[in-house]
Amino acid sequence: MRHSPSPRWMEQGSGGFVHAILHRLQAVLFLLFATLAALPPAAAADFATVRPDVALSFPRDLGAHPAFRTEWWYVTGWITDETGSDRGFQVTFFRVRTGIGERSASRFAPTQLVLAHAAIADPAAGRLQHGERAERALPPLAGAEEGRTRAWIRDWLLEWDGTRYRARASTDAFSFELDFVPGDAPLLNGRGGFSRKAPDPRHASHYYSRPQLNVDGTLTLDGRRHVVRGSAWLDHEWSSELMPERANGWDWIGINLHEGGSLMAFRMRDGDGQPMWTALTFVEKGHIRRGEGQDAVRFVPLRVWRSPRTGAAYPVEWRLELPPAEPGERTRQLRLVPLMDDQELDSSRSTGAIYWEGAVRLLETTDDAGAGEADGVSREIGRGYLEMTGYANRPRM
Amino acid sequence: MRSVLRRIFVASLLKRRLGSALSLLSIALGVALGLAVQIIHGAALAEFGQGVRRMSGVADLQVVGPREGFDEALYVRLAQRPEVAEASPVVEVDALVPGLSAPLRILGVDLFRVAAVEPQLLPVAEDKVGAGAGAESDRLAALRQDAVFLSAEAEASLFDDQGGVGTSAPRRLTVQSGLRLQELEVAGKLPGARARIGVMDIAAAQDSFDRAGLLTRIDLRLAAGVTPGQALAALTPLLPAGVVLRTVDEAATEAANLSRAYRVNLNMLAAIALLTGGFLVFSAQWLAVVRRRREFAVLRALGLERGQLVRGLLAEGATLGCAGGLLGVALGHGLAALAFRFAGADLGAGFFQGVVPALHFDPLSSTAYLLLGIAAGVGGTWAPAREAARVVPARALHAAGLPASAGGSGQGRTFAALAVLAAAVAASLLPAVGGIPVGGYASVVLILAAAILALPPLAMLASRLLAAGRWPVWRLVRARFVASPQQVVVAAAGVVASVALASAMAIMVNSFRLSVDDWLTQVLPADLYLRASSASASGYLDDAALQRIRALPGVAGVDAVRAINLRLDADSTPVTLLARPVAQGWGLPLVDGTRTPAHDARRPPAWISEAIADARALKPGDRLDLPIAGALHAFTVAGIWRDYARQHGAVVIERADYVALSGDGRINDISLRLADVGDGDRVASALRELFGSDRVEIARPGEIRAVTLQIFDRTFLITYLMEAVAVAIGLFGIATTFAAQAATRKGEFGMLRHLGFTRRDVGRLLALEGSLACLMGVLAGLLGGGGVSVVLVEVINRQSFHWSMDYAVPWRALGLFALGLVVLAGVVARLAGAHAMRRSAVLVVKEDW
Repeated sequence: MRHSPSPRWMEQGSGGFVHAILHRLQAVLFLLFATLAALPPAAAADFATVRPDVALSFPRDLGAHPAFRTEWWYVTGWITDETGSDRGFQVTFFRVRTGIGERSASRFAPTQLVLAHAAIADPAAGRLQHGERAERALPPLAGAEEGRTRAWIRDWLLEWDGTRYRARASTDAFSFELDFVPGDAPLLNGRGGFSRKAPDPRHASHYYSRPQLNVDGTLTLDGRRHVVRGSAWLDHEWSSELMPERANGWDWIGINLHEGGSLMAFRMRDGDGQPMWTALTFVEKGHIRRGEGQDAVRFVPLRVWRSPRTGAAYPVEWRLELPPAEPGERTRQLRLVPLMDDQELDSSRSTGAIYWEGAVRLLETTDDAGAGEADGVSREIGRGYLEMTGYANRPRM
Repeated sequence: MRSVLRRIFVASLLKRRLGSALSLLSIALGVALGLAVQIIHGAALAEFGQGVRRMSGVADLQVVGPREGFDEALYVRLAQRPEVAEASPVVEVDALVPGLSAPLRILGVDLFRVAAVEPQLLPVAEDKVGAGAGAESDRLAALRQDAVFLSAEAEASLFDDQGGVGTSAPRRLTVQSGLRLQELEVAGKLPGARARIGVMDIAAAQDSFDRAGLLTRIDLRLAAGVTPGQALAALTPLLPAGVVLRTVDEAATEAANLSRAYRVNLNMLAAIALLTGGFLVFSAQWLAVVRRRREFAVLRALGLERGQLVRGLLAEGATLGCAGGLLGVALGHGLAALAFRFAGADLGAGFFQGVVPALHFDPLSSTAYLLLGIAAGVGGTWAPAREAARVVPARALHAAGLPASAGGSGQGRTFAALAVLAAAVAASLLPAVGGIPVGGYASVVLILAAAILALPPLAMLASRLLAAGRWPVWRLVRARFVASPQQVVVAAAGVVASVALASAMAIMVNSFRLSVDDWLTQVLPADLYLRASSASASGYLDDAALQRIRALPGVAGVDAVRAINLRLDADSTPVTLLARPVAQGWGLPLVDGTRTPAHDARRPPAWISEAIADARALKPGDRLDLPIAGALHAFTVAGIWRDYARQHGAVVIERADYVALSGDGRINDISLRLADVGDGDRVASALRELFGSDRVEIARPGEIRAVTLQIFDRTFLITYLMEAVAVAIGLFGIATTFAAQAATRKGEFGMLRHLGFTRRDVGRLLALEGSLACLMGVLAGLLGGGGVSVVLVEVINRQSFHWSMDYAVPWRALGLFALGLVVLAGVVARLAGAHAMRRSAVLVVKEDW
């Protein structure tokens, strides 16, 4: 589950992610905001609908699906440099079909937009550094290709060459060029890649993940070039109508397990903070467990960090409760601990969208005696990313 | 000593209030006029330049091409270059708004690119505060294909009400493209823009105005470490023909170049006004010196040094100049403010349409003009001060008369005048420097000097001619003329300069106007003209429309004109390309070459206007390369024609050649020849019915001609104004001189009364003297003016505007003007002397003895 520049989100300010992505380009964002807010409802016939009976097929579905309203390729991961310092990184490309200018004869017709976002979580800096770009699709300057993964905005790029992904991004503060080699075939979420977001099956996306990507590349930070290695996660998701109206935000994780498995889980929250829908894709020791519904996974907040900038309170540590897969099994208890507390992405000065998107460790308590995990001895079993939206006060522009 | 000096000299100005006031006023007027021209143009240019800069945002370089645009592929190519950090494509369209005379400039921009390059163009969607949820859902979208964002200036000019109440209904704006009307929705504002513009999405602009595939501008920001010079060298080879890369400053100076010749001309006129003021100071000071001979003699006897006397008098002049200058600076700002308010920033010339300049105090120009004022005051006093210093105290104490030797022999003056005249002729032969006819202006100044130098010989000549009369008054006048021609010279000097200026301008304007009128007759031979919009705006016609017009009953023939602009090279301003039938068409005022050249398919004919012929030294038979549709095509110059409409030049080619090269079938103007000329109204209404009366303009040649001449007259309004001022200054000169003389001649008048002259006779004497002095000035002025007008027509206009005209002297008007001036001078002299005549004859004579 990833945030998307869906119009409704922007309208409601519950996620406002596109705003955040475009943090610095305030006015561009505003345009986009206005644009998307003015889009016809997703029910409009000209947007393709997400259907459970459509089977995903690769490599075709690695590429773009311009008939759908929104789509993203979202890479997150941990990288370690030559000195052993750990950092989190994130690079995302969004494709948005605006529904505008579809009959235009102009090459500049803004029918498809491409947006990109890149961030580095460096504990030495203490907070996120990020940059973003937005363009109308205008090959060869910017676009999202069909048939294979290739999305780019000038020199920013995410590309699949048949064996590996390559990502490139640069901002004033940092730049990176990373290769990702997948170990396995794409991992489908939900039912065959049909991932529901709410009790109403209308709210769904086509969604697959590529966990356990081997990272290899360079990161230039504060003018110093680092050779980095690590492990990353790619999500590719496309839909035309994703977020239910009552939803206020969500929590999502994508964790690579040290022993080779992976854990994807999310929950959609309503206005009262109660879970409306949850989902889980858990791969462990070659066994895949998928769950969807009101109670597929439980997120229990443990420690709250309050942002000194926005005052927003984020549960930066969580207990994850995985209900028994089979009767008689115990509920599995896991713990999420952030790489650093302040991984808030604050764009309140430009668009008002504020959320938390950061590197986390997944711990499991080894004490089987049934005592609370607080007393147990914790072991790190994986690393990945946590995303939390809808925690900040609704901003005023 | 200093305070004594101040009391003696500067305070003396206060004693002769009228003379001082007039001198001061004339300097003030000269300064004010010059400064006002400077301020107005400075403000307009600054505004225009800033506008260009603001429009260009933080761009380092701009790619510009013909107004019609160039292939958008260039943008994609440039955006990928390593030298380019950011590129922003722009489609500029002057959108025709039916019902509005001025088109609205709409910039089609890539909203994702402007933030980095032209942040001032960023639109902000209309804030619907307090609107319901319904309004929220139809929130205006910047990318929407019918959305337009308006600057405050544009909004004010398009909509009467200022919004506020009841803005929930979106405002709509109808624009015209070709003959098609298109409705746009005003989606918001452009808070950063300070010009009358609208912004649309680039795709929407291309679609709405049929510019698919075309851009008119690309703004570039260079990568770090790349200099504009390096980028120019690297990127220029990528540009198609007719497209140039330039810095933003160059774009701003292009505007300055456009109006430079006009501005320099106005400034020269102001300088001449100032010069006239200087003459006036000269005549006033001269007379003051004469009158104060005894005073100076006493001072000298009391021990005042020669140098002190000179310095004191110069201080007088400087004080006068300074006071006049200060007054002039204030007046100049006031004039500029008035001009901004009523005439616009271009003084009626149409260079800066849509520019709204603000009046600012301009310290640099103000100081410069103040110094000029002081220089005029000091300069005017120079000769009188030298004269005063030469006086031998003992002699001056006895005789109150005028110095006999005030200016050398008549013969010497004649030679001097001839020498200066020769210099003037030589100067007029010099070529222009940087587009400014420096030699021409020098020549004008020299001719004026020669005319003034010619005054004494003229006065001598006149005194000989006056010998015939027997009437006592007449003989008295003659006696005075013979006795002191210098005084006449002094009185007339101011008149010479102003009459020369006024008559020269009158001749030039008359020649120009007649030539324009004649030219209009030649270029407007048809019976009816039809256009969708002016050449640069978004309305146009096409071949289908042409066919429909041809089929109308009563139409005997049609000619179509396509007007575009193009750049002949990177450095020059764009020229106009007119594609129209020539060989079979009508109305090309050729000055050289032929309308029907020998056929050469490889090099089609082109007819160039004088401006291009001058600038590129082309003559019939030469080769001319024109960038059409992104490629250079060779043409042969078939002829040179006279064009008053396009100062930077125009090229006419056959429309068939143009269409074959460019594939552009659009038409700007159609001229119709009717089977029956009296059928105009019927055909006009048929045309309106055919295309819709709000989409086309129909004009008769008579109307076009009237409007053109009206614009012409408006352009020269400022000139007429300056002439009037100069003539007024000249008359002031006569008044001052005679007022001063009358004071010294109280005794003489008393004696005349004693001898039986009535007051009326004395008045006649004065009037006659004034008229005669003025006549001398007028004659010299007319001679000088004739010379100056030749320089204006043949040198200055030719070099600054590159257009020729037929020399035509408005004899009657000049005659009336001269006569009026002479009569007026008599009246003025009579009035000036009234004070001296008023006193009782006995008293005056007694006092004098």
